[in-house]
Amino acid sequence: MSAPSPTADQMARFAVSPARKRKDRIARATIFAGTVIALVPLVLIVYYLLRKGLGSWSGSFFSTDPTGNTFFKGSSIGGIKSAILGTVEIVALASAIAIPIGIGVAVWLVEYGRNSWFASTVRFFVDVLTGVPSIVFGLFVYIVLVVGTGSSYAGYKGSFALALLMLPVVIRSAEVILLLVPAALRESALALGAPRWRVIFSIVLPTALPGMVTGVLLAIARAAGETAPLLFTAAATLKTNFNLGQFMNSLPVQIYSDVTSPTTAVVNRAWGAALTLVVMILLLNLIARLISRRSRLA
Amino acid sequence: MARLPDRALKYGLTALAALILALIVYFFIRLVGEARPAFAKAGVFGFTFDNDWNVNAERFGALPLVVGTLVTSGLALLIGVPVAVATAIYATELCPLRVRAPLTVLVELLAAVPSVVYGLWGIFFLAPKLQGAEQWVADRLSSIPFIGGGAVTIPNYFITGLVLAIMILPIVSAISREVMSTVPADHKEAALGLGATRWEMIRIAVLPYCRSGIVGGAMLGLGRAIGETIAVTILIGDAPQLGRHLFGQGYSLAAVIANEFGEAQGLHRSALFAAGLVLFVLTLLVNGVARMLVLRASRGRRPRAGSDRAAGGGQLISETVAGA
Repeated sequence: MSAPSPTADQMARFAVSPARKRKDRIARATIFAGTVIALVPLVLIVYYLLRKGLGSWSGSFFSTDPTGNTFFKGSSIGGIKSAILGTVEIVALASAIAIPIGIGVAVWLVEYGRNSWFASTVRFFVDVLTGVPSIVFGLFVYIVLVVGTGSSYAGYKGSFALALLMLPVVIRSAEVILLLVPAALRESALALGAPRWRVIFSIVLPTALPGMVTGVLLAIARAAGETAPLLFTAAATLKTNFNLGQFMNSLPVQIYSDVTSPTTAVVNRAWGAALTLVVMILLLNLIARLISRRSRLA
Repeated sequence: MARLPDRALKYGLTALAALILALIVYFFIRLVGEARPAFAKAGVFGFTFDNDWNVNAERFGALPLVVGTLVTSGLALLIGVPVAVATAIYATELCPLRVRAPLTVLVELLAAVPSVVYGLWGIFFLAPKLQGAEQWVADRLSSIPFIGGGAVTIPNYFITGLVLAIMILPIVSAISREVMSTVPADHKEAALGLGATRWEMIRIAVLPYCRSGIVGGAMLGLGRAIGETIAVTILIGDAPQLGRHLFGQGYSLAAVIANEFGEAQGLHRSALFAAGLVLFVLTLLVNGVARMLVLRASRGRRPRAGSDRAAGGGQLISETVAGA
């Protein structure tokens, strides 16, 4: 009945014009390019870490202390044994401090504090802790434990600095998981006559455990890679040391002091140590991911 | 009888929570105390904005450090945020479902690399490789003050900003992704139903809804970049005066502490504590604003169905589609 031209006009109003199509394609390509750009540094870092790092890995690299001897050709510069053991010791003590306190505060926030003004204040301060630069934690611990006690650097002082850094991560991740524990579980235990502390220790914490392990492992991984808080707390040294009351070496500090060396062999040791550190941190991340996948809560 | 352990646990845990507050307040007071001699000499304003950091003459004006911190972290935002947002858009709106999880994991892997490793990689790989390109850009832009002209050094402001951009990428991208996943499907479907292309849907339904969340994520990234220490110390060159241009050496607040604290005595040490205090306050401000924005974005501020705002929004969408 009607002429064909108006219908075509009407149809054209619904079609996507070539200009809009072109714009869409350009925008999508730009977004895709941005994503590719984001992945380029990752590839480059992994590639160079492996290429340079694997080259300096050897049996003696892991089983000898650095000698500090970097100027005379032919003499060995040594490996990174003291740095690996130092990192393990310092981070272990830091975890022993931060995990119980962190989980304790999280339990308090969820079970007792809830939405009171005091709980909100604590949450706010925990958020403040999250944003504090890691070097400032080093300064804090320096003021209190080095100036305050009049003694020199020591491994345990580094542990305190790292513990401060881990605390907010542990508290926030544990709080999120504890909130996921169903209220019905708590209420049934209370209805059976269990006192509050038994409900927390036998019902709430075991239920939340796998989820909390994830957050804890991520906090440990973060602390293990930190250099700045250790510089003026645990300092650096060459010898392997099992006494946390004395100077202690660590992987990040070892890498940092090797970076500035003019000797190629020492810089290569830094690459080897960096690869070791990244592998340790990635393993922790991987385990954390696997556990969180298994957890029923998260 | 069961009352006793109950009460003990309650008060014990409350004390633990109070301990954290006390600790932070105590730290802050002690830090101010240690920094006081430096502030007393030049005044808080003078310390922060005098352009004169001379350890031998015991003159401590932190302007070169403040500028270094701001220039490098500003650059990090300029480079990092667009890339991070693009990654987030691609992961939430455009990519095939199978690619989404691996892509997210890969971007988050960047967060697992320690700061000192970024420094190592930056100074021995990235900076030497890019020096030629930087010189080319510096020559082209030689007429613009503070940016071009002059010789490019291996450690410089630009390379520091670039590495910082890579370091803040995971957090900005993660928060943007989180906020984008809260955009109601209704909004997106409404835009598509009115004939919007994918990009138009992203521009008119997704981005406006997420604006404050993305800005908040960027600010959190800024906080990270400002406080970043070791990578910056390695990459910025540690020269205690204002760099002449973007490709020259400089210093930053965090780097000066890491680099000079070991040998510092007396007033010099106090000045470094003061630098730490300025850094602390700066990150507090930035993070405070950031958290507020992220919180506001993630809290439900979606207009209720049938409200005026929803109707207005609908009209706006159709108008934008027609106008495009």
